[in-house]
Amino acid sequence: MIEIKNLTKSFGDLLVWENVDFCIEDGETLAVIGRSGCGKSVLLKHINALLTPDSGEVIIKGENIYEMDYVDQRKLRQKFGVLFQGSALFDSINTFENVAFPLRYFSDFDENEIREKVMQALTYVNLENVAEKETAELSGGMRKRVGLARAIILEPEYIMYDEPTSGLDPETANEINELIVLMAEKFDITSIVITHDMHSVLDVADKVAFLNNQKLSWFGTIDEMRRSEQKDLIDFITASEYQIK
Amino acid sequence: MYALKELGKYSSLLYQSLRSSTEFSTYRKNLFHELVKVGTESIPIIMLVGVFTGSVMTIQSAYQLESAFIPLSTIGAIVSESILLELAAVISGLVLAGKVGARVATELGTMRVSEQIDALESMGFNSISFLVVPRVLAGILMFPVLYVVASVFGLTGGVAAGYFSGSVPPDDFLKGARMFFYPWNVAFGVVKSFVFGFIITSVACYKGYYASGGAEGVGKSTTNATVMGCIYILLADFLLAALLL
Repeated sequence: MIEIKNLTKSFGDLLVWENVDFCIEDGETLAVIGRSGCGKSVLLKHINALLTPDSGEVIIKGENIYEMDYVDQRKLRQKFGVLFQGSALFDSINTFENVAFPLRYFSDFDENEIREKVMQALTYVNLENVAEKETAELSGGMRKRVGLARAIILEPEYIMYDEPTSGLDPETANEINELIVLMAEKFDITSIVITHDMHSVLDVADKVAFLNNQKLSWFGTIDEMRRSEQKDLIDFITASEYQIK
Repeated sequence: MYALKELGKYSSLLYQSLRSSTEFSTYRKNLFHELVKVGTESIPIIMLVGVFTGSVMTIQSAYQLESAFIPLSTIGAIVSESILLELAAVISGLVLAGKVGARVATELGTMRVSEQIDALESMGFNSISFLVVPRVLAGILMFPVLYVVASVFGLTGGVAAGYFSGSVPPDDFLKGARMFFYPWNVAFGVVKSFVFGFIITSVACYKGYYASGGAEGVGKSTTNATVMGCIYILLADFLLAALLL
């Protein structure tokens, strides 16, 4: 379980959000939604301690991650897989090496075992035939899938997706959504999806956190969201041209 | 105030690099890669710089000292002293501020703006240990080697230019060079190149590691890394001469 308690963050005089408070149960998929610039990605970077809040706590398995030293925080991060908005693939190495990268440093597998693991991860994302390609040769959707294969290669307990469907055509976006669901079911991973794509939210999420006006404006299940009459939430959902009722 | 803030950030990066330098297993592979990039791949340009510096110095010295009362060996003495004490280290340093400094700042800057550094941290890497330490170490270790290469080719260029222009026979050139040779001059050049290697790579790492603002930001970091590298080399050259000679 990940507990986020009274988290407040500002950059200089700019308040990003304050007193954000919610909890993610093990095995759940939470979608964090909100307008561009509302601090969704900033929130994501607080959950694996890439950023430190002004105040508040993130408690994972009973431990406040901001009270850990840097070495322990790094060990904790190995339990997280992260799919970045731009995939963040290393452009100096090919697709295979990108996926193998964490294994080469954080596992004792020999070369054959690494190859087997990498090909298995690439098979999950239907990209077993592009292993030897340079990352520059991959399309946007393929890059996301390679990023996902790299994110799951160490079999993380948690996976965080930052705008996984942004910039993709609807068909490819659906494929990514299906993969998010597949990963959650197959590996029983707790997932956090940052998005403003309501199709994606309805496809993958169990719960939704809505950031608006520098605070957590709404939190609940998908069914509760469908029934909600909170104006700013409804405005956000209808603005995304999706009629949920 | 801005300069103090920058100095503080730069010092903090150096302190973290020093602390991270014990994590040899993290940067071992990168160190060998960087030794080749900084050292081996710079040898051709350094050979070229050395030969032309020595040649021009010889021809100009012969032109300026054209007198029946000045022995030709004086040209060899002046050229060899100038190369060993000043030119091999400083001109190589300025050229490498462009070649190595720009490459390092661009690489790290691109990694920063495309979230590759965030990806490294998210996987549990110490990104400073992984990216900064091997580059700075490679600069410190390889620049003295490049200084020796520049000196050897500078003297060779001087001898060749004197011979082919008919201004100084090789025997006279070498006689002068031997007459005023002090091992301390070579040691001084090695110390300078060691300091220049540190300055160029650490400034470039700093500018690249903290780059922001997309492609324009990376371009700005690269320009700053090159310009600041050159300025600091000239300052360090003056300080070292004042302190050690």
